[in-house]
Amino acid sequence: MAVATPPQSIEEQRRWEGNLDQLRGLVSERAITGETMLLNMGPHHPSTHGVLRLLLELDGEQIVSCLPDVGFLHTGIEKSLEDKSYEKALPLTDRMDYLSPMSNNMAYAAAVEKLLDLDVPERGQVIRVVCLELARCASHLVWLGTHAIDMGAMSVLLYAFRERERILGMFEMLSGQRMMSSYIRPGGVWRDVTDDFLPTIKQFLNDFPAKVDDYEALLTQNPIWKDRAQGVGVIEPDVALAYGLTGPALRGSGVNWDLRKAQPYSGYETYDFNVPLGEHGDVYDRYLIRIQEFRESMKILNQAVERLERVKGPYRSENRKYCPPLRSELGQSMEAVIHHFKLWTYGYDAPDDEIYNAIESPRGEIGCYIHGTGANKPRRVHFKTPSFIHISALPVMSKGYLLADMVAIIGSVDIVLGDCDR
Amino acid sequence: MGVSSKLGNMGVVTTTVEQAVNWARTGAMWPLLFGLACCAIEYMSSQASSYDLSRFGMELNRATPRQADLLIVSGRLTRKMAPVVRQLYDQMAEPKWVISMGDCASCGGVYNNYAIVQGVDEIIPVDVYIAGCPPRPEQLLHGILTLHEKVRSERIADWA
Repeated sequence: MAVATPPQSIEEQRRWEGNLDQLRGLVSERAITGETMLLNMGPHHPSTHGVLRLLLELDGEQIVSCLPDVGFLHTGIEKSLEDKSYEKALPLTDRMDYLSPMSNNMAYAAAVEKLLDLDVPERGQVIRVVCLELARCASHLVWLGTHAIDMGAMSVLLYAFRERERILGMFEMLSGQRMMSSYIRPGGVWRDVTDDFLPTIKQFLNDFPAKVDDYEALLTQNPIWKDRAQGVGVIEPDVALAYGLTGPALRGSGVNWDLRKAQPYSGYETYDFNVPLGEHGDVYDRYLIRIQEFRESMKILNQAVERLERVKGPYRSENRKYCPPLRSELGQSMEAVIHHFKLWTYGYDAPDDEIYNAIESPRGEIGCYIHGTGANKPRRVHFKTPSFIHISALPVMSKGYLLADMVAIIGSVDIVLGDCDR
Repeated sequence: MGVSSKLGNMGVVTTTVEQAVNWARTGAMWPLLFGLACCAIEYMSSQASSYDLSRFGMELNRATPRQADLLIVSGRLTRKMAPVVRQLYDQMAEPKWVISMGDCASCGGVYNNYAIVQGVDEIIPVDVYIAGCPPRPEQLLHGILTLHEKVRSERIADWA
C-alpha cells in the first residue's frame, strides 16, 4: 500500500481521492464511496508506542477495519548484520527490541552458540537467567506505565519508572550501560557480576513485590480500568494461534505456551515457576498476566540469585577459538594475545549451515535464524519478532470496537516498533 | 505576600525585554510528545520520577506540534519517517527549537546503511546535539540546559 501524506491543496485532494483505488479490497466498499470515514492514526501519535501508522475505517466511532502500516523504523539491522563478524554484530541486536535488549542478545547469542555448537558454563547460564528476568520486569514496567497512561491513569508511569531506574542501575553495574548493554554474548556473558551487584539485587527483590501490590492497588479493581479493559480486544485461542501470537498476548487467550517451559533454554527447566494464563483473551486478562509475570519473575530471580552465590566457575566458555581471553591473561600468555588479536580483527568462522533458535522475550517468541557461510560473516540473519506478528493481529482484535478502545488494544499486545521493523 | 516578603522592600526590579522574554521562554519550554526509538525510552525516563523534567518547566508534553516549542528528535530517523518529522517541524509555531538526541539522530550512529538518514540535520535545523547511544537522562538534561543558555543569549534582532 502506498503511503501518502494528507492532502494539502484541492489539487492534491483530487489526486488523493484517486489513490483510493489502491485501497480497494483492503477497506470495505463503503469507505470507497465515502459512507464510512478513513482516519489516520500515527505515525506521530502518543498511543501507538512508537512510529506505527494505522489506517482506520470508522463507522461513527466503531472500527470497521484497521490497516497497520509498518516500516517507519526500518533500520536495516538484518542487512547490517551480514557485514559484521558474529561477535561484532551483537550490539546491533540490542537496538531492535529496545525495551528488553537482553532478550535480543540472548536470542542472537544462543543462535550463534547453536551454530558453533558452543557450550555455556553453568555460572554463565545463571547470570543470563538473572539478566533475562530483570529485563522482563523492566520491559513490563514500561508497558505498565504507558498502557496506563494511554487509558488515562497518569500516575502509574511515575511509579513504574521509579522501579525501572533501579533495574537499569543494575544493568549498568553489570555492563556499564543502562539500556544497550550487549552483555549476553556468544559463549556466556561479557564479564562476571560485580561485588555490589548481589546486595543490590537482593534489596530489589526484597522491595519489589510490595511495589507490584501498589500497581495492582491502583489498577486491578479500579472500576474505570475494568470498564476500559474487560471484554475489549477479545481474541479467541484458535484465532490467536492461527495468527501466530506468542507471549502474554497468546496466554491471555488461555493457550499454555511459554518457551521457557516448552523448549527450555539456559537452564529454565530447573527453576520452579508457573505460567499465568488468562480466560477471556481480552485487554484485562493480558494485563493480569503481565502483572502475575512480575511475581513469577521474582520467584525465578530469587532462585537464580541463590544459585549465583553457590555456583562458582567461569562465566563464559573457555573455548579460546570463540571467546576472547581475559585481560589479565594478555600480559602473560602469547597464546592469549594471538587469540585476542584474531577474535577482534577477523572473528571466527561458522559452518555453512542454517539454524533457528527462539527464546521467550517479554513480548513473546523472539527467534533468530542464521545462515552461516563457512567464513566469519553470516549469509543471512533474520529475526522473527513478536511485535510484527502482534501488529498483524491488530485488525482482528480491534474489529467492531470503539476508536477509544484502539489505544487499549495496542497497549495490551505490547508492541515495540523497533522490534517490528528492525 | 510571596516574593515581596522574602526580598524585603526592594521596590522595582529593572531588566530588559530581551532578558525577561528569554527567561520566560526557558522557564516553560513545552516539548512535543514525540519519540522515534530507543532514545525515546530514555526521554521517558527523564520525564519520570527520578529525573523529573518538570523541574525545568517541561512536564507538559504536547501531542500536537501546534502547541509545542521544542522538538526532541529521539532516536534513529528512517527515510520513511523523514517526511513526517519535517512536517511536524513545519507545523510547530515560532519560536521553536530542536534537540537531536542520541547518535542516530545526530549523525546516523551505528547505522550507516540504506534505511537511515545520516543525521536529522539533513532535513531540519538543529540547536543542540546530544551524544550517546542512548544518552543518559543526565545527558539529556545537560542538553536542555545548554539549549536554555542558547535561548538566554538570543537578541531581539534574532526574533524576527
